[in-house]
Amino acid sequence: MTVQKLGKNMTNVTNNMNKTAGVNTPPAVSLNNAHVRFGDMTALENIDLDVEDGAFLTILGPSGCGKSTLLRLVSDLVPIADGEVTVFGNQVDKARLAREFAFVFQDSTLLPWRTAIENVRLPLEIGTKHAHKRPKAVSEKSAEELLALVGLEGREDALPHELSGGMKQRVAIARALICKPRLLLMDEPFGALDEITRDRLNEQILKIWKETKTTILFVTHSIPEAIFLGQKVLMLEANPGRVREVVDIDLPYPRELPIRETPEFNKISRYLREVLETC
Amino acid sequence: MITRFFKKNWLPMFTTMMIFVVWELGIRIFGVPEYIAPAPSSVFATLVEERDVLVRNFLPTLYESLAGFVLGNFIAITLAIAFVHNKMFEKAFFPIAVFVNTIPILAVAPVLVLIFGNGIATKVIIAALICFFPTLVNMVRGLESVSGQMIELGRILSATKSEFFWKIRLQSSLPFLFSALKIASTTCVIGAIVGEWVGADIGLGSLIIEATFNFRSPLLYATVIVSSGLAVILFITVSVAERMIIKWKPEHSA
Repeated sequence: MTVQKLGKNMTNVTNNMNKTAGVNTPPAVSLNNAHVRFGDMTALENIDLDVEDGAFLTILGPSGCGKSTLLRLVSDLVPIADGEVTVFGNQVDKARLAREFAFVFQDSTLLPWRTAIENVRLPLEIGTKHAHKRPKAVSEKSAEELLALVGLEGREDALPHELSGGMKQRVAIARALICKPRLLLMDEPFGALDEITRDRLNEQILKIWKETKTTILFVTHSIPEAIFLGQKVLMLEANPGRVREVVDIDLPYPRELPIRETPEFNKISRYLREVLETC
Repeated sequence: MITRFFKKNWLPMFTTMMIFVVWELGIRIFGVPEYIAPAPSSVFATLVEERDVLVRNFLPTLYESLAGFVLGNFIAITLAIAFVHNKMFEKAFFPIAVFVNTIPILAVAPVLVLIFGNGIATKVIIAALICFFPTLVNMVRGLESVSGQMIELGRILSATKSEFFWKIRLQSSLPFLFSALKIASTTCVIGAIVGEWVGADIGLGSLIIEATFNFRSPLLYATVIVSSGLAVILFITVSVAERMIIKWKPEHSA
């Protein structure tokens, strides 16, 4: 395990390197001295962060530390007060119109009158005014394939009220993937599910990450979930929301659930808990 | 299917029968004169004997109720959509809608007769007025029932206002709309009958007045039964339409 303090200088260095080299792909997400304020309240302060293309970053922190706000900033849902935020080198509004990213909420937000497959297809029917800004491949990925990828073959025509909480969340993930996003933002997607379902979906999300090679930012309350999924864990502290540290998780992929019983896993878990308690 | 219906509903059918039996016996035992309260047997006899009169008066009331139902709900739905899309508009007109709703319908009726005369228009407007408000309130609530995360999803998908309205808002409002339509389906009949009271020579309302003034109690009771039958038919029609249109369950029904 290596623990790395992520200072402002360090990220600036990588930024400059990108600029001078000119050939490197821009980071999936880049935050530069980013601030978010709601009225007088500072939700996020001085956030510096680069997330490489293809990375899996989990985000941990106490309640009210701005974990969700960070995802909402990246997805153009809350405006930036100061600093800079880019997604694949573009402004976030441009990235949104180009469907560079997709969002999975804690609530599955399925339309209850649409079947599973119709819900997955919703993004293809909405925002069509800007469809020309997206790559053509977008609508070719079939909704059936995606439902199969999340393990819901045969349930295409089920209405949301006929599906369990875990299944609904899997439909929501399939819907997020339909436009082949290069960045997937997940805000406590399994927070409302029972332990067993959550474990199963954790394994599934790693499989999806491997198959789609999409970058994932995953907010969670659960330390084991954060370690099990992420290549790195970003720790935020509260009042105001700031980066505490970024912890590398040196556990090999593919990871399976028993890895959570290993001494290495427990060591990281203990460390994160200590840090979290002082956040 | 019929036997299943009886199996499920035998208890309320039994109590209804019992009420009729007690009513009939009471009238006979105490010798109540027919012009004060008729026995159920004579009411049913009148239903059959006077069926031509009843049907002749039923149809105008049916048309007035239906026209009022369509007009009142159409205006209410249109206004609700305008309210949800324009808060200024809502601020400007909602208090007026509340005010209109607080005027007793019996007080407006003569005013409308003065303006629109004694014809069908007055009855339609009264029926429309009476179903307008519940639909307006419910439809606004329904259109605003979309969750915050759903609105965020719309934004992330760069949905335009009209896409969001047609694909998400309108459908979400349907359960609320149908609760209101069920209320309206019975109140529009009341509106039409009140309109006929104030001035009409045909329709269930005018038949009620006529039967009362002529002490024809069995006819009065028969008319009341036909009036409530009309409301029941409209209510069942709306309920069946609801069941055919809304096959899904709202997410947060629990």
